[in-house]
Amino acid sequence: MGLLSDPNRRRALISLLTRLNTPICIVCYMAGVAWFMGLAFEPFTLRTYMSENAMGSTMVEERFPAGERALATGREFSAHKKRTGGMPVEWLMKTMQAKGLEVFTQRFSRTLPFPDENKERYMVRGTNVYGILRAPRAPRTEALVLSAPCSPGDNNNQAVGLLLGLAEYFRNQIYWAKDIIFLVNEHDLIGMQAWLEGYHHTNTTGTFCHSRGGSIQAALSLELSSDIITSLDLVLEGLNGQLPNLDLANLFYAFCQKIGVLCTIQGKLQRNDWDSVSGYSHAVQTMMLMVMKQASGRPWGDHGLFLRYHIEAATIKGVNSFRQYKTDATTIGRLLEGMYRKLNNLLERLHQSYFFYLMPSLSHFVSIGYYMPAFGLLAVILLLRALDLWVQLSTPPQRTEDGVTDIEPVRGVLSLLTPLVISHLTGVALYMLPIRFQEMAVEHFPVSETEAVVLTAIAVYTAGLALPHNTHRLLSGEGTEQGWRVLKLVAVLYLAVLLGCTALINFSLGFILALTLVPVAAFVTPHVPKVLSAFILVILSPACTLLFSVFFFQELQEMPISFQDGWLLFLSVISQGILDHSLYGSLVYPLITLLVYPCWLLFWNILFWN
Amino acid sequence: EANAVIIPQCSHIPPGRRGCLMETTVSPNKEELVIRPLHSGDIYTSFQFRTLWETDFTRENKVSHYRLFPKSLGQVISKFSVRELHISFTQGYWRTMQWGQPYLPSPPGAELWVWFQDSLTDVDGTWKELTNVLSGIFCASLNFIDSTNTVQPSASFKPLGIGNVTDHQIVCTENLTPWKKLLPCGSKAGLAVLLKSEKLFHSSFHSQAVHIRPVCKDDQCKTTSWELRQTLNVVFDLHNSGQGKNEWSLFKMFSRTLTEACPVASSSKIYIDITDNSQGEQFELSPATPLLSQAVVLGDRRTFSVYDLTQQITFGTICNVLKLPVTYSAHAGDMLRPLLHAERYVAGYGLQTGEIHTLMYNNHPYRSFPVLLLDSVPWYLRLYIHTLTVTSKGKDNKPSYIHYQPSKDRVRPHLLEMLVQLPPNSVTEVTLQFERALLKWTEYTPDPNHGFYVGSSVISSLVPSIVAMDTNNSRERPLFSSFFPSKEESSYFVRVYTEPLLVNLPTPDFSMPYNVICLTCTVVAVGYGSLYNLLTRSFQIEEPSPGLAKRIANIIRKMRGVPPL
Repeated sequence: MGLLSDPNRRRALISLLTRLNTPICIVCYMAGVAWFMGLAFEPFTLRTYMSENAMGSTMVEERFPAGERALATGREFSAHKKRTGGMPVEWLMKTMQAKGLEVFTQRFSRTLPFPDENKERYMVRGTNVYGILRAPRAPRTEALVLSAPCSPGDNNNQAVGLLLGLAEYFRNQIYWAKDIIFLVNEHDLIGMQAWLEGYHHTNTTGTFCHSRGGSIQAALSLELSSDIITSLDLVLEGLNGQLPNLDLANLFYAFCQKIGVLCTIQGKLQRNDWDSVSGYSHAVQTMMLMVMKQASGRPWGDHGLFLRYHIEAATIKGVNSFRQYKTDATTIGRLLEGMYRKLNNLLERLHQSYFFYLMPSLSHFVSIGYYMPAFGLLAVILLLRALDLWVQLSTPPQRTEDGVTDIEPVRGVLSLLTPLVISHLTGVALYMLPIRFQEMAVEHFPVSETEAVVLTAIAVYTAGLALPHNTHRLLSGEGTEQGWRVLKLVAVLYLAVLLGCTALINFSLGFILALTLVPVAAFVTPHVPKVLSAFILVILSPACTLLFSVFFFQELQEMPISFQDGWLLFLSVISQGILDHSLYGSLVYPLITLLVYPCWLLFWNILFWN
Repeated sequence: EANAVIIPQCSHIPPGRRGCLMETTVSPNKEELVIRPLHSGDIYTSFQFRTLWETDFTRENKVSHYRLFPKSLGQVISKFSVRELHISFTQGYWRTMQWGQPYLPSPPGAELWVWFQDSLTDVDGTWKELTNVLSGIFCASLNFIDSTNTVQPSASFKPLGIGNVTDHQIVCTENLTPWKKLLPCGSKAGLAVLLKSEKLFHSSFHSQAVHIRPVCKDDQCKTTSWELRQTLNVVFDLHNSGQGKNEWSLFKMFSRTLTEACPVASSSKIYIDITDNSQGEQFELSPATPLLSQAVVLGDRRTFSVYDLTQQITFGTICNVLKLPVTYSAHAGDMLRPLLHAERYVAGYGLQTGEIHTLMYNNHPYRSFPVLLLDSVPWYLRLYIHTLTVTSKGKDNKPSYIHYQPSKDRVRPHLLEMLVQLPPNSVTEVTLQFERALLKWTEYTPDPNHGFYVGSSVISSLVPSIVAMDTNNSRERPLFSSFFPSKEESSYFVRVYTEPLLVNLPTPDFSMPYNVICLTCTVVAVGYGSLYNLLTRSFQIEEPSPGLAKRIANIIRKMRGVPPL
């Protein structure tokens, strides 16, 4: 700071920063991207390790024997499911009771704001069934949850079977210190949401739960659709990009190693050839998949809604591919038994390990301390541009000290206010209108409700570009040089704060937005070639970012799609985003519409200043 | 003695009726074991040991003859002017929905309530000393009981006690051994032989208690004697311990057999509840006993098979092979509907606020009854008492009596007592919002992320009895007994404890205090300080002040009229 207290040196530093502003910005951008790509390079990452002592040193034995019986129960479940054409509530209750659990049901109903075409549902009505295994000599203060969804079709029957098998086996053990809740939820996330709200008595869409097991310490959600599997996939990403404590992932990994089950994350196996190009690109793919999923802000498994209640949760998915190596239900049961026994040993909630991390493979992680610099390097560009603008703004008055300065600031502030207000109103319209006007749109155009919502959103988004954002043309005919500089200064700082806050909560979203919006913010002036810049600006706008992300995500999953399909997927992603917001309270849609999009409009406005 | 009406349990002491025992003959020592197969297929066993001590402190100052009464407890009574003392250690939660009402209710953890003599002046000091002494006697950390978790209820524990404390305490063998030592025969003979800790702690529920109170010696209650009652309640989960699906015996439960009766015990009996098994459809006792006994327990008329251990014949042949082959009924998984039932939970999420919900179920089809709810909440949950709502059947239910004592930080807990009328066949919900306090960093427990316990709330009530509720005329009963509804047994006293709560408080990250301190200091000292400096001052270049010689030279030059250097 001594450097800045000395006016001479300060002047020199500032002049250096302003003179070399553009090259520094470019270097920073490159460095940020390079840093981010380096995160997947194995020597730069840390090996995962168990931080929680209660889970690390204690030995447990896995003895679950009844995999075949569990599968038979699963088949029985599927038969009853077919017969009742939905959740076989009666059968489940009877079976759970026979296994010695306290069984309760919870009914819920929910009407979606518009029909969900992906899952073909609009008015949802369902029942959750849960059985509580009471721990002997425990005062009902703590609980663990194991859940399996009752999915339509032939999916997840084995998961329910294994859940019931484990319930029966767990019931006969004496060592439980926490109640264990076995939950079969209908209508996947909607049912889970209703159950969690019922359990915690928050604003509910269903009835309240009748009995409880105290505060839930951890939860696992099981998805299993075949009798034998080749690998188990761990899903961590939850609502709003929240992740469970890393120790939960470590626990899963440790048991997979111990029992000898192939385990994957993002569906990607771990590879040992990190020094080869293909090994590195594999790690990058895995990490990028995690980044994309986290940035989407939606729960990627039934566990995703637990995280809001400060319950560490993950989904374990059985994958059956064409590999030779097969694992049977008994082994999965033993794996789950081991995990629950260790969770049962916990004295405190999982809190020792990281909550903010990225995983380039299941055995390696990147902690917040390592990935934040990548974002910081991008964000510093905004600050440098702001400094440059500030210097430019503060120097001219010294040149012309003849009364012009007196009027300028007032006009500046006023002309600043109009675009800010207008762009934010556009944002509010984008947030509100799609759902409000779906009926009207359906009446006047030959579209379905879902299409109406998405198309209204796109229409409002596009209309926002055409709006006159300025009043200064009406007042004085020509926007002043200083006017756009002030506006850009505000917009750049606004963007910096916005991205900074987003990255703290959901790094992936913040980083992806920074990747596209920072160049826009850096280069836009009214003096660059209009048509070309407008094109670039549109390409880098939030909606196009989403479109590219859709294609990129498909590419990462090794399922490339045509432009036609990609466009349809893009539309459905928008509708899913709106649904996620209204059903589960995902914050991505309001963040984009109410803050990011208006901010981007400010830069659009600067481009067309004159 | 043999013909006396036996009341196997005396837990349902109606308020205001103290001294329910009337002894005509002096029977200083009695021991009993009640075995009750529960609806859920579990086995409830309840031991009771009673010792009487005929001393009156009010008359004699110095006592030296304790007879069978444990000296350690006798000294406690005389030294601390105790009138009544009840202490219980419980591990597990009594599952009312599956097991019905217990003979002696107790909350999870440890509970101590004491009624001091009126002559005592310094209650708080004595209380503190007493808890320390008792923690020594019972090897329990009762010394953690202090003013911050002690309440003095205004109404709830009136009939029996005054100070009430609940605390989280795990019961283990260390607590059982001193408890066994208080018995006159130790664990050498009598029913106490069965108390093998390995088996007792391999159960679903374990509760041991010591009750000391004065009882009347004669009809006019002119003189009193001290009664020490030691109880041990255990629920065995036969399903869980895998001890055969259909058969159990005393040996299978306790892995001990009875060898001899306690020589000093005047009565030593085993009662087996066969009410639900009158035709022997669920289990059969082998060998059968001709001795039957009827009693009204918890408002219900129960029938017991009695085995008298003091008779040598019974003893030698029967008890060693006492077998109850239990078959699971198809309805074992169904829930019971006890007349009074309560549960409690914390609602909401996040670490700032929350809401305590207490649900009280009145399952009586047509009678409403009042209950007294006692809630003691630690000070670190700041209750918003204005948010208190009591609703039954969707309507506001105004309590007829509310006693609220606000907490004082680090001194005493909140105390809330309410008298609420529960309408028939309804659920009454009491909600109360709270804010979680941020503790000082030394006040956190060693495992702060585990959460903090809030003790059970206590619901005391006179519940209409099942006998009086029985309108089913088809049941076989003597005509003379059924014309008027039985009056004296029309209601019985029940105390129900809710679950304790585990509440997470905002917890700092203790794993890296050093990092945090360093970072904070750096940010404040370097970042904030210099930035503040930069922002608030304007910097200008100033010529360095000339040296002394130069100044003198300048003065001289000025006097000479030459421009300065």
